[in-house]
Amino acid sequence: MAAAAALEAVAPTGALWGLVHDFVMGQQEGPADQVAADVKSGSYTVLQVVEALGSSLESPEPRTRARGIQLLSQVLLQCQSLLLEKEVVHLILFYENRLKDHHLVIPSVLQGLRALSLCVALPPGLAVSVLKAIFQEVHVQSLPQMDRHTVYSIITNFMQTREEELKGLGADFTFGFIQVMDGEKDPRNLLVAFRIVHDLISRDYSLGPFVEELFEVTSCYFPIDFTPPPNDPHGIQREDLILSLRAVLASTPRFAEFLLPLLIEKVDSEILSAKLDSLQTLNACCAVYGQKELKDFLPSLWASIRRESNQRRTILEMILGFLKLHQKWSYEDKDERPLNGFKDQLCSLVFMALTDPSTQLQLVGIRTLAVLGAQPDLLSSGDLELAVGHLYRLSFLEEDSQSCCCSSALCPGRVAALEASGALAALYPVAFSSHLVPKLAEELCRGELDLTRGDEPTKCSRRLRCLQALSAASTHPSIVKETLPVLLQHLCQMNKGNMVAGTSEVIAVCQSLQQVAEKCQRDPESCWYFHQTALPCLLALAVQASMPEKEHSVLRKVLLEDEVLAAMVSVIGTATTHLSPDLAAQSVARIVPLFLDGNISFLPENSFPCRFQPFQDGSSGQRRLVALLMGFVCSLPRNVEIPQLNQLMRELVELSCCPSCPSSSTAAAKCFAGLLNKLPAGQQLDEFLQLAVDRVEAGLSPGPCRSQAFTLLLWVTKALVLRYHPLSSCLTDRLMGLLSDPELGPAAADGFSLLMSDCTDVLTRAGHAEVRIMFRQRFFTDNVPALVQGFHAASRDVKPNYLKGLSHVLNRLPQPVLLPELPTLLSLLLEALSCSDCVVQLSTLSCLQPLLLEAPQVMSLHVDTLVTKFLNLSSSPSMAVRIAALQCMHALTRLPTPVLLPYKPQVIRALAKPLDDKKRLVRKEAVSARGEWFLLGSPGS
Amino acid sequence: MVGGGGGVGSGLLENANPLIYERSGERPVTAGEEDEQVPDSIDAREIFDLIRSINDPEHPLTLEELNVVEQVRVQVSDPESTVAVAFTPTIPHCSMATLIGLSIKVKLLRSLPQRFKMDVHITPGTHASEHAVNKQLADKERVAAALENTHLLEVVNQCLSARS
Repeated sequence: MAAAAALEAVAPTGALWGLVHDFVMGQQEGPADQVAADVKSGSYTVLQVVEALGSSLESPEPRTRARGIQLLSQVLLQCQSLLLEKEVVHLILFYENRLKDHHLVIPSVLQGLRALSLCVALPPGLAVSVLKAIFQEVHVQSLPQMDRHTVYSIITNFMQTREEELKGLGADFTFGFIQVMDGEKDPRNLLVAFRIVHDLISRDYSLGPFVEELFEVTSCYFPIDFTPPPNDPHGIQREDLILSLRAVLASTPRFAEFLLPLLIEKVDSEILSAKLDSLQTLNACCAVYGQKELKDFLPSLWASIRRESNQRRTILEMILGFLKLHQKWSYEDKDERPLNGFKDQLCSLVFMALTDPSTQLQLVGIRTLAVLGAQPDLLSSGDLELAVGHLYRLSFLEEDSQSCCCSSALCPGRVAALEASGALAALYPVAFSSHLVPKLAEELCRGELDLTRGDEPTKCSRRLRCLQALSAASTHPSIVKETLPVLLQHLCQMNKGNMVAGTSEVIAVCQSLQQVAEKCQRDPESCWYFHQTALPCLLALAVQASMPEKEHSVLRKVLLEDEVLAAMVSVIGTATTHLSPDLAAQSVARIVPLFLDGNISFLPENSFPCRFQPFQDGSSGQRRLVALLMGFVCSLPRNVEIPQLNQLMRELVELSCCPSCPSSSTAAAKCFAGLLNKLPAGQQLDEFLQLAVDRVEAGLSPGPCRSQAFTLLLWVTKALVLRYHPLSSCLTDRLMGLLSDPELGPAAADGFSLLMSDCTDVLTRAGHAEVRIMFRQRFFTDNVPALVQGFHAASRDVKPNYLKGLSHVLNRLPQPVLLPELPTLLSLLLEALSCSDCVVQLSTLSCLQPLLLEAPQVMSLHVDTLVTKFLNLSSSPSMAVRIAALQCMHALTRLPTPVLLPYKPQVIRALAKPLDDKKRLVRKEAVSARGEWFLLGSPGS
Repeated sequence: MVGGGGGVGSGLLENANPLIYERSGERPVTAGEEDEQVPDSIDAREIFDLIRSINDPEHPLTLEELNVVEQVRVQVSDPESTVAVAFTPTIPHCSMATLIGLSIKVKLLRSLPQRFKMDVHITPGTHASEHAVNKQLADKERVAAALENTHLLEVVNQCLSARS
């Protein structure tokens, strides 16, 4: 048996000798892979290969030796995993020895060592020995790029697998590597070398006395100046080098004493990119440096920044970086604050930026001021007063001349100033309540007086800015105690008729109040302060406004307008959602009796000419205030018990079906639904539901209050759909049945939009309503088949109602849910595009537009219909439809180009027409759609 | 190759460090624009919005950021169906001037109603071969021929593609 095996082994070695000869002497490349494959398959051992190479490895001719070693190395590169430990030891010895050989041989030797550096069977101690040999024998920088790269690879491989052994070399390893990379110029090698240096530092290899050398050998590349050659196949970008060098330089505080002078020098560089790189490197250093490293350099760094005059914005950005750094230090060492010495210079620089005409500079100035203020104990009260003065001025900053004066959110400088006010006021409440709030209050008062003489837009917008500045600064409880009375006082002044106030003015005050309420939510005490101060005042104003009086002040009428009530509802809701349950219970014990029993005792001014009985009284003004009750009770936490709930629910149902005033009956229906949604399952809930269903059924029968009964049905359905109540499907069916109602059908179709969308005032998560996250998906699955079926069965004149309902549902649905259903729904959607109702068209277009982007393959099947219908709709009489149709034409370009190309000439011709649309917004969409169609299949796109 | 500390530029760009200008914001939508009934005439800002986002052929920047186009250098009359755009090359010897002009011209051709007569020219006194370039841009046949050239069309399309 043994003899047979030996014979078998001998037979193929003959072939091996042939292959080796072909490679070494015949200079053919193919045999190397063949030999490697045979070794891998087990036909020969590595030892046999070495034996076959025998004489060529010892040939006196360097070219032959090189060729021999090359073959061995190539085999090892593919087969290193098969090597036994014993073989590895021999091979390493051999290769180390060969490092002394002729330079022609070295590349192949390095390849062999690279193969061995990957070898798992490498016994301990040999990695160090290999590296020592390389450091000693090879002058790496005189090798070609590829061979230098091989050396870096050997080092990297060992660092990954033999970290402990290498660390045993101590600082010799670091020193050896410094010599290896010293003078490296190739970007590919530099990326690897930087990575090695980074690992040396971050994995805590011993640097010994060579910190400065290691710094020198890397920092000489700073700042990186490299432009990749055209058509560079290696794809190395300047940015890659910058980032990897920055990672090295900023990796350790031990470089600080060398790096900082370099950065200071480069900050003064003529080249902008060098300046910026320095700044960004400095910022990166902040992540690892402590105060110790930076404080000695601060004066000279500061001086060089001061010298800069051209790039003021860059300088400020630098300062901003510094200040963030300083913020970090302040946690480190409470006693030493090296920045204190520069404080005055810093402040003057920042204040200068704040008065600069350039918006960009102002913006950075404002950000810097905010960071400066965040440094503990840095700013004196004098600085703060100045800063507040600047912020006051900036709060009234005019917008660019081009934009309209009343759209107040547009000016970035002003927005930043308001934000900074908020941030700083939280830290320095005294400075703001003594220097800002009084000035703003005075400004508002002046506005009140001026306005008796007419209402110019400039004054109006000035007052608006005052209101915004007041709410922006209300970030500290003590400031809220100053600003809230100012805002409420302003509202009362308007009510007393001391000024002519329009709807928008009152709404603006409410918006400011709402923002203050939002800021109070974080602090329970402020929250309660706001609630118990603002709510009685608002309710008193509203109740007074609702009283029948001979002479109505202008504001009284204004206060009862739907929009104003909605703004007040939002204030009341925001001031209620975060109340603690026991405080909320105190409040509900006053407010519910106010509405049910007319108990006005808690209102600040409560001498009214007659009783407040919104549920009994015939006056529509009083009934309208049910909206405010809704804002309050529907925002309460779920566990707050509502007194007289039974009576309240009955009154609400009654009022909801009262035909006199649509807005108060809707408010009552919403309030009922909001309360219903939060009630725990049980007998009480069932009773209220029965009450509502009976009322709805009675109301829907022919009569005067069908539309009110429908509204109640809709809101009750929504309340139940949101919480997955079992009765919800029954109510949804009832609603769907109404789609074919000649009178209520269109309203029912729109109702589907309400069911699927998020409300802002009631049934919100913020207001503690029970909203299940998947309710839309569930609604879709439960109801879309019935809608589709209903559509097919419906008579011609009510078909659009089904389509409208359907497109509302699809429109609000997350794309991933819709996509799998798409093929079945698409034909219906395409039919909906031909429907003459603008709302259906619009809703369908907005449903199709994202589908074109998400599901181009499915949509491609209908490209013909889509192109025709979109183009038709692009000349619809409705501007919104034209815009949506053109957006769809644009989205069509996402379909596969070959599908679209046949339509390109036709589309480009057709889209020339909307380029001349009378509406600019339509032209804009036509331009972008046509532009994209031009690019289809065209070179360069 | 990377120079150790020293500077080696590639010399590929004619103007490697151009001054960069701020981009203007989106045009705010007015109440009039949202009103179905009110016609909005084509004005200078609308034309400027068409051309300001054209990419420069050699920088990753827009013509607006390089101040090559400015709103004040756009003249338009909607009733007379005329538009004139002057553009300012970043340096007087810029060899890209014709290409930039061509991109502006093509953008306007693709974006404006056919009734418009358009004139694209170099801001007087800002380029060495101002007249030659203007003449080329005004010549309809040469513009058409240029767009038949696949390579030119490719570059123009790149200038007109939305930046990703």
